[in-house]
Amino acid sequence: MIALGEHAEFIFAAYAGVFVGLGLLIGWIVYDSRRVRARLETLGDKRG
Amino acid sequence: MSIDDTPKMSWWNRLAHPGQFLAWTRPLIWPLAGVTTALYLLGLWFAFFNSPADYQMGDTVRIMYVHVPTAWLSQFVYAAMAVSALGTLVWRHPLADVSMKAAAPLGAAFTAMALFTGSMWGRPTWGTFWEWDGRMTSTLILLFIYLGIVALWRAFDDQLRAARVVAVFTLVGAVNVPIIKFSVDWWSTLHQPASVFRADGPTMPGSLLTPLFVMFFAFTLLFVTLQLLAMHTEIRRRRLVTLERRAARGDTL
Repeated sequence: MIALGEHAEFIFAAYAGVFVGLGLLIGWIVYDSRRVRARLETLGDKRG
Repeated sequence: MSIDDTPKMSWWNRLAHPGQFLAWTRPLIWPLAGVTTALYLLGLWFAFFNSPADYQMGDTVRIMYVHVPTAWLSQFVYAAMAVSALGTLVWRHPLADVSMKAAAPLGAAFTAMALFTGSMWGRPTWGTFWEWDGRMTSTLILLFIYLGIVALWRAFDDQLRAARVVAVFTLVGAVNVPIIKFSVDWWSTLHQPASVFRADGPTMPGSLLTPLFVMFFAFTLLFVTLQLLAMHTEIRRRRLVTLERRAARGDTL
C-alpha cells in the first residue's frame, strides 16, 4: 500500500463512503429480491 | 406446399413479455457479477498501487477514480430513465416502466455517492466541502428529483397509473441533465471543466486514465447487474400483487 500523503483521511473517507454505500445498495436489492421470491413461493408460484 | 402463416414476433416484441425477459436475462446475473468484481479489484489495484500522484493535487487525485464514475452514472441512469419514460408514454412497452422504477433508487444512490466523494475531494483541493455553484447545486437538484420519483412510485397503488405520472415527471426533470453537464462552461465555478468526456478527447495522461476507465467500467457494469436484478424483482412483485389479489378474492391460484 502506498503512502497517501497529508490528505489520506479524505481519500480513505471517500472510498469507505462509496463502498459502504455500494454494500448497502447491493444488500438491499438482494434482500428485496429474496423477500419477493419467498412470498411468491408461499403462494405456490413455481415460475421462479 | 404449406405456407407458414404464423405471426413472426420481433425480438422487441418478445422482450415485451416479462417472462421472456426473465428467462433471457437471468443467466447474465452471475457472469456480470463476476466480471464486475474482477474489474473492481483491478481498478483498486491501479488506483492505489499502480498510478501516480497528480503534480498539482497530489494523492487526492485518487478520489477521482470513485468520484467520476459515480458522477457519470448519476447522469447516465437518469438518461436511461428518460428513454424508459418515452418507452412508457410513446411505445407503451410493458418493461419500460419496470426499468424506470428499478433505476430510480440506483440513480439516487450513485448521485449521493458523487456528491459525497466530490465533497471529500473539494475540502483538500478548494478548502471547502461545499459551494453553491452551478455543478454542485444542479447535482443536488438531481438527487432531489430522484428522491421525488422514488416517492411518486410509492404514492400510487395502481402502478400503471403511477408509470404515466412518473414518466411525465422524469421527462420534465431531464432538462437538469444538460444543465449539469454544461454548468462548468456556462457559469463561473470552483469545479474544473470536463477533462475526460470532451469532443477533442481526454486531457489527462494515460497513467491516470487507465485506472479511471477500469473503475468507470466496473461501476457501469455494477449498475447493469443491479438494474437487471431490480427489474427481475419488480416483475415478480407485480406477479405477487396479482396472486395476492386473486387469493383475497378467493380465486384458485
